[in-house]
Amino acid sequence: MTLTHQLSSSMLSSSSSSFFAPLNLHPGTRNASLPVTKRVSTCKCVATPQEQIAYKTNVSRNSNMSKLQAGYLFPEIARRRGAHLQKYPDAQIISLGIGDTTEPIPEVITAAMAKRAYDLSTLEGYSGYGAEQGEKPLRAAIAKTYYSGLGIGEEDIFVSDGAKCDISRLQILFGSNITIAVQDPSYPAYVDSGVIMGQTGQFNTDVQKYGNIEYMRCNPENGFFPDLSSVGRTDVIFFCSPNNPTGASATREQLTQLVQFAKKNGSIIVYDSAYAMYISDDNPRSIFEIPGAEEVAIETSSFSKYAGFTGVRLGWTVVPKQLLFSDGFPVAKDFNRIVCTCFNGASNLSQAGGLACLSPEGLEAMQKVIGFYKENTEIIIETFTSLGYSVYGGRNAPYVWVHFPGRSSWDMFAEILEKTHVVTTPGSGFGPGGEGFVRVSAFGHRENILEACRRFKQLLSK
Amino acid sequence: MFNVTLSSSVPCVNPLPPENVKARADSQTKELGHCTKVSRNVNLEKLKNGYLFPEISIRELQHFEKHPSAKLISLGIGDTTVPIPELITSHMSNYARGLSTAAGYRGYGLEQGNEILRKAIADTFYKNLKVKSNEVFVSDGAQSDISRLQLLLGSNVTIAVQDPTFPAYIDSGVIIGQTNHYSEATQKYQNVVYMPCGPKSNFFPNLAMTPRTDVIFFCSPNNPTGYAASRKQLQQLVDFAKSNGSIIVFDSAYAAFIKDDSPRSIFEIPGAREVAIEISSFSKFAGFTGVRLGWTVIPEKLSYSNGFPVINDFRRIVTTTFNGASNIVQAGGLACLSSAGLKDLRAVINYYKENVKILVDTFASAGFNVYGGENAPYLWVHFPGSKSWDVFAEILENTHITTVPGSGFGPGGEEYLRISGFGHRENILEASKRLQSFFNRGKQHFHLNGSSTSQELN
Repeated sequence: MTLTHQLSSSMLSSSSSSFFAPLNLHPGTRNASLPVTKRVSTCKCVATPQEQIAYKTNVSRNSNMSKLQAGYLFPEIARRRGAHLQKYPDAQIISLGIGDTTEPIPEVITAAMAKRAYDLSTLEGYSGYGAEQGEKPLRAAIAKTYYSGLGIGEEDIFVSDGAKCDISRLQILFGSNITIAVQDPSYPAYVDSGVIMGQTGQFNTDVQKYGNIEYMRCNPENGFFPDLSSVGRTDVIFFCSPNNPTGASATREQLTQLVQFAKKNGSIIVYDSAYAMYISDDNPRSIFEIPGAEEVAIETSSFSKYAGFTGVRLGWTVVPKQLLFSDGFPVAKDFNRIVCTCFNGASNLSQAGGLACLSPEGLEAMQKVIGFYKENTEIIIETFTSLGYSVYGGRNAPYVWVHFPGRSSWDMFAEILEKTHVVTTPGSGFGPGGEGFVRVSAFGHRENILEACRRFKQLLSK
Repeated sequence: MFNVTLSSSVPCVNPLPPENVKARADSQTKELGHCTKVSRNVNLEKLKNGYLFPEISIRELQHFEKHPSAKLISLGIGDTTVPIPELITSHMSNYARGLSTAAGYRGYGLEQGNEILRKAIADTFYKNLKVKSNEVFVSDGAQSDISRLQLLLGSNVTIAVQDPTFPAYIDSGVIIGQTNHYSEATQKYQNVVYMPCGPKSNFFPNLAMTPRTDVIFFCSPNNPTGYAASRKQLQQLVDFAKSNGSIIVFDSAYAAFIKDDSPRSIFEIPGAREVAIEISSFSKFAGFTGVRLGWTVIPEKLSYSNGFPVINDFRRIVTTTFNGASNIVQAGGLACLSSAGLKDLRAVINYYKENVKILVDTFASAGFNVYGGENAPYLWVHFPGSKSWDVFAEILENTHITTVPGSGFGPGGEEYLRISGFGHRENILEASKRLQSFFNRGKQHFHLNGSSTSQELN
């Protein structure tokens, strides 16, 4: 008995062979028979079978989608990895490309999710729709853990299924008529979501940039912080610190400049703090450590890299009540409307896990895992440094930004993959400012990190 | 202590209508502090009120504050109440525990969804309908999918919706910029085609009178009317879309409630693969309203006017603006689709259908015209000559029962109330008792069947 029969009491009708003939025949193709004549005919009409022209709707493709250059970066990396495996089926490929966590989630956290799942099968424990903004205890725990003393309350926290989704919901909030600035290089979702929303012009292949975006170069020469005096005003400024991909963590002084810049220009900073727990020194973990930030900034963060929740899906966004549009309308009110209309809350199971993450035991366990990845980072830094390369990042983030002067980053990516079977991420995937660099991510089992570094040392000596 | 399924969906910001906030802002400019120079998104300004269901929640809360000892019963927001069968939750528990082990840990999944789950969805719901697993996109639910589809389609497409309709299609369309301003006179957003679906038209639009739009949102079984379109009607719809070069977005979230042989999927209709996208959800079918799981099917052959496959762009949207449904939840989804899981879920659905039957009897025996109910967890009750928010308020005030006023679903919903059949049996029975008693008292201000003999007593 088919599964469908178990679902309904009637037969599903099978899709029949009836198929409507295409309404539009391609001009020039028609059914015709050869004229019966003794004369040699120059008639070009021949009997041809009616062509099966694929039917097209009359709906125009969204022109914003056609502006996008190829696929999103990380599926492209995955594709390359797949192709490499096809070529070398026995290769022990090590992935230091996509920043995917590898270490198991601490038991205190998964036990909470397992219990919540079990509770859903009981009368007392079952819950249906949750608040779209997230469960109150979790919002309170996030506020207490990360924003204590910073003027941010639980009512300012919106729990989500991750930063990537939050970024597009923020873009939907802002709409197509705003201008954006991004760091260069930067996490590609800010730019790509901006293109999809219609905030940008066409891609200019000469400069490898989309029109109408302000790209703020961040490189070793400027300490990976943009020279704000040469940055044009935009409505929104995307800023990620610790940075993906460069690993740079902005100082208090730098972030104060950024907040003042935003205030002067009447701009909104979207501050991505997904890697804040990786900070080793005393750089700010939240933009809201900077006075005045509550009037100019939104902060987005994630449990992905803290708790290994890359597959579990949980994050949050802070929209302070003091953040106002030019007409005085609170940004949080519009974001709430977006969240209630375009979303239905993060999974209650993931949220149960999030709450456990923020218990004392959970925090301690997360710190351990983060510490593990940080050790990986140190090993990678040491390897490339000893090979004579200039290496950036790593100290405050799980990414190492390696400089390969004079080399195209995709070529370097390909060479590393070919020679060492290690996947990395080419810097230019993050913007033209990433050219000449490769991002090496530090997520991986220790033995893989050590093996990868051994191969680097063996095959990449200058 | 009260027995209630209060939705906890309370907005975190005081939900004043936009005009009030602006007026307040204007008068208090000096006290406001720094305003950025970022203009508010004009599309959000167009939105008439808050989203419908949080508005219902607010009313519930207000009522509860006024009558703290009242036993509020919610037949409003369609929130599931029966626990999820243990077979399914134990699968999710085990998967979660597995994430603490080296062998069981998983990081990022495919944004499109776990391949085994996609295949199970294709095999379960689309057997013999030529839907391939790579045409299935797993999501965190239909509400998110609707907006991702709107992002895909962009602001330059025209849309048609049924009237009444699930509000997310319109609201997401407003947000993305497909519509013009709301007209108080017509109760409609301009530039949207509203296709009336009422008893006189057999709850199916008069397509001959429907102008062409790029996209047609169609929900069957319908939320809120409960009506499941017939095979003949859906064939008309597909033919209409084909002759207009339109795309149907078909919402089949309630297909599991169908009792007769109405189609469960648009892809049962020949030709649909060239004109339709289908969205669906585990919410009502598996009690996953809080767990969050759904899917969208985009046939490979569905093409834009320039021949570009829609599926390619949707894949790009999904990989760029989404990062997949939770892996634990997808494991649960797979358990739902096992034969034992489906059997258990069938029992839950039948339980809700029994609830609906009780409620249908309650209203019908009181003399109301009741629609829906057969193939969906909703009844659509007619209160001729009455304003639906007034009926909503009167029932809430007198029986402590929440419903959803029909006009929340569009002007075609005026005079109707949507009653949902989700709830614990004892609450359904209690609600039925209260309603019967209220109608029998005859003190209500609304009329039955448009009869001129009002039962109003002064």
